[in-house]
Amino acid sequence: MSIVDVERSAAAKYKLQVIDCDIHPAMTSWKEIHPYLEKRWIEHLTVYGSHLRHAFSEALSHPRMSPDAARVDAYPEEGGPPGSSLDLMRKQHLDPNGVEIGMLIPLRWNPGSQRNLDFGVALTRAMNTWQVERWVKQEPRLRASVLVAQEDTAGAVAEIDARGGDPNFTQILILPRTDEPLGRRRYWPIFEAAVRNNLPITVHVGGTGGHPSTGGGWSSYYMEEHHMVSQAMQAVVTSLVFEGVFERFPKLRVVIMEGGLGWIPSLSARMDKHWSRLRSEVPHVKRPPSEYVREHVWFTTQPMEEPGSSAALIDLFDRIGWDRLLFATDYPHWDYDDPRTSFKANLTEAQRLQLLRGNARTFYGFA
Amino acid sequence: MARHVVATVDEIPPGARMLVTVGGREIGIFNVAGEYFAIGNRCPHNGGSLCKGRVVGLVEAAEPGCYQVSRRGELVRCPWHGWEFDLRTGKSWCEPERTKVKSYEAKVEPGEALIEGPLRAETFPVSIEKQYVVIEL
Repeated sequence: MSIVDVERSAAAKYKLQVIDCDIHPAMTSWKEIHPYLEKRWIEHLTVYGSHLRHAFSEALSHPRMSPDAARVDAYPEEGGPPGSSLDLMRKQHLDPNGVEIGMLIPLRWNPGSQRNLDFGVALTRAMNTWQVERWVKQEPRLRASVLVAQEDTAGAVAEIDARGGDPNFTQILILPRTDEPLGRRRYWPIFEAAVRNNLPITVHVGGTGGHPSTGGGWSSYYMEEHHMVSQAMQAVVTSLVFEGVFERFPKLRVVIMEGGLGWIPSLSARMDKHWSRLRSEVPHVKRPPSEYVREHVWFTTQPMEEPGSSAALIDLFDRIGWDRLLFATDYPHWDYDDPRTSFKANLTEAQRLQLLRGNARTFYGFA
Repeated sequence: MARHVVATVDEIPPGARMLVTVGGREIGIFNVAGEYFAIGNRCPHNGGSLCKGRVVGLVEAAEPGCYQVSRRGELVRCPWHGWEFDLRTGKSWCEPERTKVKSYEAKVEPGEALIEGPLRAETFPVSIEKQYVVIEL
């Protein structure tokens, strides 16, 4: 059984130092954010509840083989969903994996997809404060993300401006299946606010936003829907490029989170090919699309591709650009990437450090 | 090669499992309907602790829509990415030749035999009246 033994000794060779760009904190119940919600919205929650723009709105759209899409070993002993216990997060993840900084990405409760826009905006305010009070103030290694209700542009912009300059926040978080493709002009005030506050826009997979779960409609199986993460992200990148968002906002930085990696070079090449023939339709796109992607878009590494050979993975990183890759674990979700074992490639020590923390340190401006 | 007493049989009832460390190795001891199996605890994919996974049966389908479940309780599913390992062989159901954990022979021995024989009970005293799980590595 050489595999097990080899991995053990490899892990012991270096001390882990990691910046984890994707950690999912959870509430034990809605009551956790009551202190940060106006009385009116607490009553709203009690009377009407939370309703997202899809059916069975409190449930995930497809049943997973593990509830909450979580690691089976991530349930806190004291009860509550995975990700709700800071103590367990420290013991199971932050401490043993050498996490120096971890980015909080709250997904459930999805304020950006609330049918009631005013409730959505109130929920972003409450959950942003909740991240600071419940997590960042208790654990200095953690950082919050500015949740926004992107369908109410004015509400989203107000929240970004309210949090801008607060070092507890590192980025603005939007889920990909917005009402319209993300590059459409209705969302531009959000990008303007992002640039004004020097915060990247992070797009993390999650929810369906009321759209069918795949490009071909509603699928039968989670396994089909799970492939959709890359479809949804390709739609986001394509929209941002061809709507001219990066021409209009040359300082805008976008992070594509948990979308997979294999598709990035092929999408860039395909966009370049089409642009060279069809560009008269989009004269505002002045340069080959791949250049915008290379300059404006970063990608988190989880779920890491496993092409079966070290050379194939290194070739993929070469094509994407090593400096564009930000390490993420997705703790406590089931497709968690372990910093010791997830890169199935022969990396140099310098490459490993660059991926595990160097790039994120530069990108987010951590000293 | 040495044999190690790791538990009394009543500590691991049917359907249960126990994580033990023998000779620096983490080993999961599983009781499947009265039979004991021992496999390495660390998932060869990315290192999840197999002892924390669910014990499941083998679900197969001869054709779409036609399911059958067999070998109930004979596979353990990694708590992280869901790789399923056969508790009898340590082999993954997918990629059985490439992805496997070490499997160790596990036997039940009476305390009487253990006290007289050359076995090692490292962590607790052995009494004549009880039955013990013994693994070899």
